[in-house]
Amino acid sequence: MPIEQDIQNKLVVSFSSLDGKINIPRPRRIFLEVENNIFTQVLEYSMRTLSFSILCTITGLDEGERFGVIYHLANTEGIVLSIKITIPRENPQLNTIIAYFANAQIYERELMDLFGIKVQGLPAGNRYPLSDDWPKDVFPLRKDWKPAPKNK
Amino acid sequence: MAEEKDFKIPIGPQHPALKEPEGFSVALKGEKILGVEIRLGYNHRGIEKACEDRTYIQDLYLIERVCGICSHSHSTCFVQAVEEIAKLEVSKRAQYIRTIIAELERIHSHFLWLGVAGHEIGFDTLLMYTWRDREIVMDLLAKLTGNRVNYSINTIGGVRRDITDSQKKEILEAVDKLEERTKYYIEIATQEVSIIKRLKGVGVLSKDDALRLGAVGPTARASGISRDTRKDDPYAAYSEVSFNVATDTNCDVFGRTVVRLKELMEAYKIIRQLVGIVPAGAIVIRAPRKIPVGEAISRYEAPRGEDVHYVKANGTEKPERVKIRAPTLANIQAVKRMLEDRFLADMPIVIAAIDPCFSCTDRAILLEEKNSSKKNIMTWQSLRSYSIDWYRKRGIDFSKLSEKIKG
Repeated sequence: MPIEQDIQNKLVVSFSSLDGKINIPRPRRIFLEVENNIFTQVLEYSMRTLSFSILCTITGLDEGERFGVIYHLANTEGIVLSIKITIPRENPQLNTIIAYFANAQIYERELMDLFGIKVQGLPAGNRYPLSDDWPKDVFPLRKDWKPAPKNK
Repeated sequence: MAEEKDFKIPIGPQHPALKEPEGFSVALKGEKILGVEIRLGYNHRGIEKACEDRTYIQDLYLIERVCGICSHSHSTCFVQAVEEIAKLEVSKRAQYIRTIIAELERIHSHFLWLGVAGHEIGFDTLLMYTWRDREIVMDLLAKLTGNRVNYSINTIGGVRRDITDSQKKEILEAVDKLEERTKYYIEIATQEVSIIKRLKGVGVLSKDDALRLGAVGPTARASGISRDTRKDDPYAAYSEVSFNVATDTNCDVFGRTVVRLKELMEAYKIIRQLVGIVPAGAIVIRAPRKIPVGEAISRYEAPRGEDVHYVKANGTEKPERVKIRAPTLANIQAVKRMLEDRFLADMPIVIAAIDPCFSCTDRAILLEEKNSSKKNIMTWQSLRSYSIDWYRKRGIDFSKLSEKIKG
């Protein structure tokens, strides 16, 4: 996996704190976890220097005390770079990445509706995907939310 | 004279021009569209949440029902992620069968689209022709898998049904017939003046916009972006066949039509190669009930574009998280751009041109009576009178109204 190794080396050279945090489980798949304070730099570096110009989607995870957010980027060679950050459940806040990826908006709105993560800097717009009458403080993809039992 | 004013009209969520619920708020100045606001989510069924509460094998059947048209796309995308986490080596034979079904699905989906596109521009003869021809591939899928839609051919570790030699012959015969018809449609689409005039320059999406807005599949490829998951990130048996990525530089609805027609020709090529060299071997290997801790991201080139599934396993028989990004969600953001500064009358075909997902199953209904094993096939006539009775019992009676209409 020379190309994946090369990408790993470049990331570690630019961001020494990533040493040992990059996982390549198979060809064309790279997973890494970054500290919040360098996330924007890593994202920008991956996009501009390493040419990961495609944002596939953003995944939210409920990990108990913290929420995980994974940004799945891809390049034209079919390599997917998944950059993960975690934010505290008490105060789940993110900054939008629409300055880098214009299509991030809909995925960030998903995080807002389904996990209750506040994404700063999004333009005004409709919520997605829940309905307008869904309560503002109920977030279905959090693990402590369970659907109401079926009426028989 | 009254002052010219622009105003907003709502289209949807329920509207005759839309095949599934979506809300568009269109700002107009006369016939010109100034801007479009899109409200999605009317089809949200909480499938990702439901997956966390079910076993992997139950999830497979649930995920197959994300969409009726590209059911195989979603189930394959999911099953690939699970197999990657569990480190299952799926046999070559199973991979080939998956790929054959995948390409047959692409054929039925593109035929369906061509018909819908014809319908949206008032060319219903094309709809009748293509949907008649589509039955060839639908019948074939039913023969191979047992189902017309939601084929259920996949299982964790392989496929559930083998392909026999006589079935291979049937596939090749069907492909010959479909290829002949496709050549005819290519001729129509590229030579028939009314089609060209109606589709050229409509719903323009420049290459830069397509890249910026993250368009996928035929929508991106018609804007000159040579991107196809089957080539870039090969899965199943795609690394073992030769095919071309169909692209076009028209950047409009016409280009999207050409790309889909070219893709049909490539699909026949792929199927012929695969059927000729299906390797011998088992079709399924035993998969563990509990999937070890791990995560995987799987990509799949669905008929509408790249489908992405992320699966996280926690060592139990149920997944920790399943995330699905269907191609339409990637493309709908480009629709806004395609409609700006265009005419309102172009809206149906522009929306249809990204091929938004909608399900179609319209067959005789088989009802099993409660407390008895008697099965009873209802015809349209009896189904209709059943519904009239059902409403009449609840106090809704239209008989007077229908007499009035007749009179």
